Amino acid sequence: MLAKRVIPCLDVDRGRVVKGVRFTSLIDAGDPVAQAKIYDRQNADELTFLDITASSNKRDIMIDMVRRVADEVFIPFTVGGGLRSVEDIRSVLRAGADKVSLNTAAVASPMLIAVSAETFGSQCIVVAIDARRRDPHDAGKGWEVFTHGGRQNAGRDVIEWAVHCELLGAGEILLTSMDCDGAKEGYDLELTRAISDAVRIPVIASGGAGKLEHFYDALTTGGASAVLAASLFHFGEFSITQVKDYLRERGVVVR
Amino acid sequence: MTEIAIIDYGVGNLRSVERAFAATGNPATITDDESILCEAKGLVLPGVGAFAACMKALSARGFDGLVRERVMKGTPLLGICVGMQLLFDESAEFGDAAGLGLIRGRVRRFPREQVVPQVGWNQIKKRNEHPLLAEVKDEAFFYFVHSYYCEVADSTVVVGETDYGVTYPSVIARGDLLGVQFHPEKSQAVGLQMLSNFAHRVRFNTWN
Repeated sequence: MLAKRVIPCLDVDRGRVVKGVRFTSLIDAGDPVAQAKIYDRQNADELTFLDITASSNKRDIMIDMVRRVADEVFIPFTVGGGLRSVEDIRSVLRAGADKVSLNTAAVASPMLIAVSAETFGSQCIVVAIDARRRDPHDAGKGWEVFTHGGRQNAGRDVIEWAVHCELLGAGEILLTSMDCDGAKEGYDLELTRAISDAVRIPVIASGGAGKLEHFYDALTTGGASAVLAASLFHFGEFSITQVKDYLRERGVVVR
Repeated sequence: MTEIAIIDYGVGNLRSVERAFAATGNPATITDDESILCEAKGLVLPGVGAFAACMKALSARGFDGLVRERVMKGTPLLGICVGMQLLFDESAEFGDAAGLGLIRGRVRRFPREQVVPQVGWNQIKKRNEHPLLAEVKDEAFFYFVHSYYCEVADSTVVVGETDYGVTYPSVIARGDLLGVQFHPEKSQAVGLQMLSNFAHRVRFNTWN
């Protein structure tokens, strides 16, 4: 049976893993390859690297990191952050990444999804959607898409955008709830369920994990194919092994 | 002489396959050099993306004939993912497209009710004991990413099966012509074990 996936996310700045709240108080947390190997040993199902580097020479540093990860870690990994063109995507995939994640560039130019899916195959095109509730207390009012690391309202409905991404050829949706991100009170289950019901491609739930049961809820009530978390794993609050043991005990198929 | 050659025909993440072989202590060479491909003791046919695009890219370089010829002569060949699918007669992806015709059967899309592509770790149920899966436990998890699956006309080629809405062959063998639907190069220790088994067959010219 297809197992549900547990995916740690690593924020990377100039080729180094950084810990901390995104964009603020970054602490150098070491070599991405070393960290990737730790997660690999804990039986992570995949890895996601999110490049948050602002500098202009980021591509070369990122490519070098991707090569080093691909040399030593034999599980799939996704690279996202600042990829804008088919050429950007090609260089990351050629260096050894299995998938790329597109966010702002996909909203700005949806055809990038179609062209890159056609060129490289849908299976390696993940569209990352940052979603915020129109009304924090009422899921019924829906969610809006944000870009530029959550700073800009794209003026699009999340469900409508997710369906559009699927039609354009996206292979997966990485769905982050901005309302829940960092709060550790659980994933936005209504959001996760709404998108899982709206598309027939895998949905990765992100943003809000704080307890073991949150992972379970996202995979069952939320209907997600995979769960992603960053800081919870970075700070060692839970190991991936612990999360998977917990899920297994509760009857979820994990590897 | 090159032992294992990974056929470079312009598609796929070949580097991962190369690195995975290297990690098993069995170097493999990524090449589009016809003379090396003609001499290598074993071949790996990778493939990702669309079946028709892969077949077209393979044919454009004249490697379709080369692969057929070498397989007919008994050279061990391992098809990975779409590389396995290419071994079949035809695929229903984007209208019908012809494959290499080395294994009887066709490639079909997963049923509509399934989440597609299948992405993630799924199990292999052994149907026949085969040395390609030596030291790999029954029902071990491997990493899969695909929207289409192979349907065989002759079930004797099936070594392992996987369930995803349908039960389909995920490991096939016809003599030393081998195919796996998953990505061994992305399947951690079990994947490396399988690549190592293949490399052993190539190096020592025997499965024993």
